[in-house]
Order: sequence, then structure tokens, then C-alpha cells
Amino acid sequence: MTQTKTTQPGSEQELKHPQDHLLRSDRLPHIWCATCGIGTVLKCFIEAIDRSKIPYDDIAIVSGIGCTGRVAGYVKLDSYHTTHGRAIPFATGLKLANRRLKVVVFSGDGDLSAIGGNHLIHAARRNMDITVVCVNNFIYGMTGGQAAPTTPGTAVTSTTPWGAFEPAFNLPQLLEACGASYVARWTSLHVRRLTKSFTEALLKKGFSFVEAIAPCSTLYARRNRLGSGYDLMKFYHDHSEIRHGADVNEVDIGFQDKITVGKFIDRDRPTWLELNDQQHEATLGEKYYRHAETIAAAAEADAAAPPTGTAEKTQDGGKDSGKDGGKNGGKDDSKEGSHA
Amino acid sequence: MARADPGHVLTGSHYLDGDHACTEGALSAGCNFIAGYPITPSTEVVERFARRIPTVGGTFIQMEDEIASITAILGAAWGGAKVMTVTSGPGFSLMMENIGLGAMLETPCVIVNVQRGGPSTGLPTMVGQADIMQARWGSHGDYEIIALAPQSPQEAYTLTIEAFNLAEKYRTPVMVMLDECIGHMTEKVVIPEADSIELTERRKTDKPPGEYLPFAVGEDMIPDMAHAGEGHRYHITSLTHDEQGYPVMSAEVQDKLVRRLCDKIRNNTDEIVMLEEDGLDDADVVVLSYGITSRVARAAVDDAREKGLKVGRLRLLTVWPFPERYIRELAERVKAFVVPEINYGQLVLEVERCAAGRAQTILLPHMGGDVHDPAVILQAIEEAAS
Repeated sequence: MTQTKTTQPGSEQELKHPQDHLLRSDRLPHIWCATCGIGTVLKCFIEAIDRSKIPYDDIAIVSGIGCTGRVAGYVKLDSYHTTHGRAIPFATGLKLANRRLKVVVFSGDGDLSAIGGNHLIHAARRNMDITVVCVNNFIYGMTGGQAAPTTPGTAVTSTTPWGAFEPAFNLPQLLEACGASYVARWTSLHVRRLTKSFTEALLKKGFSFVEAIAPCSTLYARRNRLGSGYDLMKFYHDHSEIRHGADVNEVDIGFQDKITVGKFIDRDRPTWLELNDQQHEATLGEKYYRHAETIAAAAEADAAAPPTGTAEKTQDGGKDSGKDGGKNGGKDDSKEGSHA
Repeated sequence: MARADPGHVLTGSHYLDGDHACTEGALSAGCNFIAGYPITPSTEVVERFARRIPTVGGTFIQMEDEIASITAILGAAWGGAKVMTVTSGPGFSLMMENIGLGAMLETPCVIVNVQRGGPSTGLPTMVGQADIMQARWGSHGDYEIIALAPQSPQEAYTLTIEAFNLAEKYRTPVMVMLDECIGHMTEKVVIPEADSIELTERRKTDKPPGEYLPFAVGEDMIPDMAHAGEGHRYHITSLTHDEQGYPVMSAEVQDKLVRRLCDKIRNNTDEIVMLEEDGLDDADVVVLSYGITSRVARAAVDDAREKGLKVGRLRLLTVWPFPERYIRELAERVKAFVVPEINYGQLVLEVERCAAGRAQTILLPHMGGDVHDPAVILQAIEEAAS
């Protein structure tokens, strides 16, 4: 790994980020504003990659366009920064061409639910075997703070200067209705729970979706006079309500209203690839050609080396098991937000 | 050069329409991934692929729209597949942004457009050739593209294979500009033995992880590729990028990248261009055509020759890159170009530009829905020759 030399103001000490092994430190400084929530979400995600034990070389990250769309450029994995809204179909192609890959889409609410909304719902319907991380900051940040399909209530944005009035998407409800296998929502305050959900989503078969509510203090908070990034974190702390398995019809987010968080959906449905194979085997029998380069190779490799064994070669084996067991102990940490 | 896989090649004589022949060309070329969306008159291509591919080895997915289709094939190409998508006018328009992504990421892929009458929904079941300029200029920004124009089901087969070979060689999207007439015209198609079909393999890097730069090039200006999951952990971006693939927002890096994207094709125009000439040695008039129109033009040229006129035929199998130097030289020794096309004047603009006043350029437009009447072309030849 590249040794990063970062000098903090007023200090001669050389600092190295603890996740440097999966960050492109040669691309620092990043473009995100101070107190932006994306960095925190990314930190949780990288921690989850390590916990998942998925070999690094088997993971591909695909982003669309926007502030969160830049995530692909900072993660030291095979990463693709594509076009606005199109990360999901790109990821779909990547996954179908190489079934061995764990393909993750990391993008923002505008990218995924507005311009890319059609791809989002169809990928969930197909139960395409990909993980989608949606950082929801209620706004288009990169372009200067315009209203998004997720902008709640009467929030002021640059394109709703007198207050928004369109109803906002309730993303968990949308994804549940479309058929996603896994749906969770946390805020960037809930770092341990978010990390746990990311880990579960990465290991979940089928379409998994994690919504991470994150502050945009530069545009959303400033225009709505919500204070600093710290004030937003305080707001998350005071107004988040953890309700695992909540009815997704009741988790919509109003302007400065409570934010229901938790793991809402965790179910097993056959994936697109499984159904594709099943149907063709049922109708074609022996004639069906299972794509040897991918499935057979993957099966052989899996038989030869179980995922954890493989992971140890490219991931630092038991590195986080201690952390996980010690700090979380499989229980929720009550310091993160208030319980219902 | 690799050879085609016998398991993919339907060797023998067949009675196929152009759409089905195109599918067989793709399969012969080793295409193992198509993402598509139904649209007349192109759907038969993917229907045949959906039927054939489960026993050949590969994947077909019907996407939610053409935007998803083009983007999915780009993803699949980076995942290691040989990829194609198929559409017609309205879908071609929807694909444009991500055709630009394909050009920017230098992704080998084939895009088939079975052209129908436009604009907008136009004539879904009837012929047009009005997407020729869109094929070249449809996505924003500067890039070059390769586009081929078959004139028969047989060529729909052979030129689709060629399209795959060019896509791999130059790492670029390549378009097969079919039209409704050829797509739906059924003729004899001869599919050769697999070992006689030459295939260009993907330009894969031999650099180990850590040393590979995704967009570093040698003299030929074409970078070697690595697929996802091969350990390189690279970054690929649609932003202007350097050799490492990292975004760089500067005029210098933009200049270097855009020049290379264009020049890797421009500088190889002579090698890429395929054309067919007939009777040009002593011709006063040249009928220049492509696709279905070249078959109508042939009848007119034959009639004109019977009348004793010195007329030659020039057929472009490659419409993009345009054979600029060739047309410029030809313009020095002929009186006129007659250009029939099923649009209101598209490729004729290139002919006119290259002729640069040294030869007359006569457009014979047709708004679509039908092919030209050979008598109209004959009349234009007679007027040009007099």
C-alpha cells in the first residue's frame, strides 16, 4: 500500500488513514465539503468490506454522477465512475459478465432515484445480485443544491426557493414494493449500525439496498437555516427512531421530522441469475450451456478455497473479528441515536 | 488472429433475413452478451439471440429501456464479455449519451441500428437511412466512431463479424447501420466453417497489478484492457482522465485524451475503410451509395451503361470514418458524384466537402418509407453526364 504523508496543520506528525489499504490516498484531497456525510458513510462501507471477508479483487464499485458518485474514485478496488443515473445498468452488465464479482453501486439519491429511477426499480424487481448504497442528503449537491425526488416537505432548495411542495420518495417503501431482498436505512451518525447493515448487504444474495441519510451542510442545511454539520448530527441523534422491521409504508421522511431507521427488509427471493439458470435448465435440460468461464470457474475456485480462506490472502484475515466482537458484541450500541 | 468457436457458428447455407443474419454474425464473432429493448424493425436480432444463446453459452437480458441496454453492454464488456446491443431510431437516440461513455472508456462493443423512417416515431416498419450523421455525431463532445453499412443479409452476417473485430482492434464502439429493408429482406446467407472465420482478440494487458495503467498507450494510441476482478484495482472514469485513469480537470489532459480518442481512428482511416468500386477507371459520373440504396443504384448504373454512359459505382461498406482522401482523389478525375440516400442529404455533405468543388455533387434524397426508383437515379446520371 502507498504510504500516505499527510501533515496536519500545526503538526509535523505524519498521519496515515487506518483504511488506507482501500483508499486511493494518492487522490487526496477529496472534493467533499467539511461536515459532508459521505466520507463517514464511505468509512463504514470500507469497514464492512473488511468484515465481509470478500476478497478485494472480487469487488467492483460502480458510481453514477454527483457528490456520492465520486466514491468510486476514492476506493482502491476495481471502480467505475459512469454517467448520471446509469450506475445500476453498468453494474448489471458487469455482474452478468462475471458472476464471481460482488458488484456494488455507490451513488446519491438524485442519481439513483431521479434520473436512474427506472433502473433502480427494475434491478430490484429482477432481484439482480448487486448491492446499492444510496447516500441521501435530500438534495443535488454537486450542481449547487437543487430539489431532488427525496427533498422532504417544504425544504428550500435553489430550485424551490419558496419551499418544496412535491411529495418525496420513501425509498424503503419503493424498494420493498419492487422486490429488494434487503432494505435498511441509517443516518451517518449510526456508524456501527450502518457498518453492520453494509456487511449484511454485501453478504446478502440478491438485490440489497442501504439508504444512508447524510448531511449536506453547505447547501441543504445552509439554505434551510439548520445550522452546522454538528447541528445536523445532533438532529439525527435526537430525531432518529430505530425500528427494525418497521412497516415501510410508515417510514417516509418529512421536513425536520423524525427519521425512522433500521433494517426493514431481509428476505430470500431467487436472483435473476438463479431464475435464468433454472428456467433454461427446466426447458433445455442438458443443452443449456452454463457459462463455463464464470459459473464453473467460480464453483471450482470456491471448492478449492472457501471464501474466508481466499479472503485471507488478500484481506487481513482476523483483523476485524476482534473489533467486531469486542465493541459491538452483536448488540446494538445505545449511544447511537435514541431507541423507539 | 483467433478463429471462431465451432459451437457458435451455424455453418451452412441458410435462408435468413438481415436481422437474423446479424445475430448469426454476432454469434460467430463470439458475442456472449446482449442487452436489448424491443423496437421495430430490429427486434428479430435479439429474439434470435435470446433463443440461441442459452445453448451456445452467454447471456441475454431484456432491459427496461435502451439507455439501460447500452450501459449494460458497456459494463459487461468491462466484465470480460463480447457485447452487442440492437435498436432502431428512437432507441438509438436514447443510447447516445452512453455511446459517448463507450467512446470515452474505449470499450469494445457493437451497436446495431436497423434504421427506419424518422424523425421521432416516424415510420416504425419502413425503411430510412437518416441516422447516418447521428451515428457519427450523436453523442456530445469530440470522438470518432466506426460505422458499417451492409447491403444484404449476407453482409449483415459478415460485417457484424467485422464490426466485432474492429471494436476489439481499436477499442471503440462500432455501429452496424442496417436498415429496415435489409433487416427484413430474406436471402441466401452462407455461413462458413468456423476455422475460416478470423477473430480479433481483446487487447489484454500483460502487466501485473500495480504496474498496469489503464490508458497508457504506445505508438498505435490504443490502450490495453484489463477486466474487473483481475486484481488491478484500477479506476475508470467518464471524466477527462490521465493514463492512470484518474480524473484530471485541465486543458492539457483534455487535449491529449481527445486527440488520441479521435486520432486512433482518424490515423487508421485507410486501414479501416472498406469500399467496393466498379467501373471507375474511365467514369465521368460516379454513383456513391451505401446500404440498401446501393442495390437500387446498381440497377440504374447498369441501365446507364447500356445507354453508353461512362458511369461508375462506388459503394461504401464503411460509412465512418469517411474515406476522405479517396473521395478527394476521385474528385480530381470525375465530373460528378450522384448520391442517392434515404434521407434529405446526409452523407452527401461529406462527399461535397471532400470534392471541394472539383466535381459536381448531386443529392438524390428520399424521405423514407420506400427505396428510390432506379429511373430517378438514371435520370440524374444522364443529366450529370451531359
